[in-house]
Amino acid sequence: MSVVSELRRTTRSADGDQPPGRRRRARGGDRPATARPALRKGDGRAAVVFLAPWFLGLALVTLGPMLASAYLSFTDYNLLQPPQWIGVENYTHMWHDPRLLNALRVTFTYVLTAVPLQLVVALGLALLLDRGVRGLAFYRSAFYLPSLLGGSVAVAILWRQVFGVDGLVNAFLGIFGIEGKGWVSDPDTALWTLVALHVWTFGAPMIIFLAGLRQIPEMYYEAASIDGASRVRQFRSITLPLLTPIIFFNLVLQIIGAFQSFTQAFVVSGGTGGPADSTMFYTLYLYQKGFASLDMGYASAMAWLLVLIVAAMTVVNFVASKFWVFYDD
Amino acid sequence: MLPEPPATSASASRQSLTQLADAAGPAPYRSPWPARRRAAVKHLGLVVLGVVMLYPLIWLLMSSLKPTELIFRDVSLIPSEIDLGNYTAGWTALQYPFSRYLLNSAVIVLGSLVGNLVSCSMAAYAFARLEFRGRQLWFAIMLMSIMLPIHVIIVPQYVLFSRLGWVNTFLPLIVPKLLATDAFFIFLMVQFFRGIPRELDEAARLDGCGHGRIYLRIMLPLSLPALATTAIFTFIWTWNDFFSQLIFLTRPDMYTAPVALRTFLDSTGQSSWGPMFAMSIVSLVPVFLAFLLGQKYLVKGIATTGIK
Repeated sequence: MSVVSELRRTTRSADGDQPPGRRRRARGGDRPATARPALRKGDGRAAVVFLAPWFLGLALVTLGPMLASAYLSFTDYNLLQPPQWIGVENYTHMWHDPRLLNALRVTFTYVLTAVPLQLVVALGLALLLDRGVRGLAFYRSAFYLPSLLGGSVAVAILWRQVFGVDGLVNAFLGIFGIEGKGWVSDPDTALWTLVALHVWTFGAPMIIFLAGLRQIPEMYYEAASIDGASRVRQFRSITLPLLTPIIFFNLVLQIIGAFQSFTQAFVVSGGTGGPADSTMFYTLYLYQKGFASLDMGYASAMAWLLVLIVAAMTVVNFVASKFWVFYDD
Repeated sequence: MLPEPPATSASASRQSLTQLADAAGPAPYRSPWPARRRAAVKHLGLVVLGVVMLYPLIWLLMSSLKPTELIFRDVSLIPSEIDLGNYTAGWTALQYPFSRYLLNSAVIVLGSLVGNLVSCSMAAYAFARLEFRGRQLWFAIMLMSIMLPIHVIIVPQYVLFSRLGWVNTFLPLIVPKLLATDAFFIFLMVQFFRGIPRELDEAARLDGCGHGRIYLRIMLPLSLPALATTAIFTFIWTWNDFFSQLIFLTRPDMYTAPVALRTFLDSTGQSSWGPMFAMSIVSLVPVFLAFLLGQKYLVKGIATTGIK
């Protein structure tokens, strides 16, 4: 059960007309078969104790700063002088900031190519590894390891070299007599090296897909094969529909995550977002504005635009999911 | 070594089903390719892909063992002689010895570990087992906070922590973890706690246990797999974390391993590649070890929560 499906369930039962307890019971939930249980005596006080750290964190580290950031986004603030209220100027300025518009373009290009590519590779490999391949544990480890290391500075440094002028990619191309180039230093290709890095870390979604595939009852395939369905047909009519919820939440979470990518672009471009701003991820520009130029009002406005974009993408995803995600509950 | 066909009893029963079906309807589907050849091709493909996936990492390791001037000239993967010079050079190449940066990383990791294990399991107990007003709402807020981009809070956090004089200390990186801000782990543990039979805590309650004791004596001991998963992910994510460390640690003596590593990039030129590769390997070793030791928990963790 993923975060996304849990959220979907929680919000659905919260805005439904039935009391949540009854709906949960109707789905065979874990509650006893009484009506919604009365609040147990003493639980409220215990909850305050057990949730105290989390409440504190929510107030001081999450919600408080969120409100502050919302306020700062309407100010001119450089950390040294007190914030100056300037209304929506930060927001209107964004539409005239070519570097920001470029950062948006770069980030959208990255997200909309890297995420689907990675998921397709992950799904393909999961299908190959499903249903008893000898040495599954070995392959799974080999494919999973990169996704653990992929976010590190060390691997980003390695990537800079792999796609550099003297790098591995060019050495490989050299075998076939193809003259390579500096993939990282060419504005036309630099972003694609980061897309490649993201695809390289397909191991984590692959494991989620593998777990999902394992939950599809074997008898569906047996029945289909008796009816003469080919492998391709079985994939299209059984595997794919039953896997759509998992594809969906992978898509949602990967998109949210990819919009926030930072380390790879920062390290591969040496902190500049170059060459020619071609790897200027949105978060990298935000970092430069907020923590290099100390333009913290503008950075806050940028952060809120990011939240809006991510939220909008998620809503679009949820709306679109009605047309292609298959829930059998 | 080619894989055997599936167990005979299963195929026998399928055979009879197949025969039944033959009599009843369309012919069952049989793949045109012999199973063995298909398996062989599949394995070949998987091995090639595995090599391609791991090759850059192996290359990094091997290059770190070569003298710098040979890294780009010597195309063979295996170094002709193993040279640890890059490691000794890299260890002292920056302002402070690399052990200092590793130690800084370790302190932050340790603090985050304690914080996440204690605070997230407490919150998870409340969400999984306590009946309190507004639980659904708080739970939904917790889930949404998992997906909140850190950027929207980092600027005011920076302002707040610099007011408190916490910039260039480890506090901004550890204190939030003590306050259960890594909500992902709350979710992970709620999922796990829900799977523990309620009869156990009902029985304990009848015997007079309060919530504190149920949490400590029943839930935590039964949740070791979830705690292990939390520990390993916290370790790896905190060790790899770069963005917040870059922002809050700007004085060289407070640098963590990743922040220190990237300062190698400022001193460009090929002469520093060797030491930089060596220290890259050094900084990857702890993650690799965590992967080797905790693979079972990692795989289970992402399979049950759906987050990498």
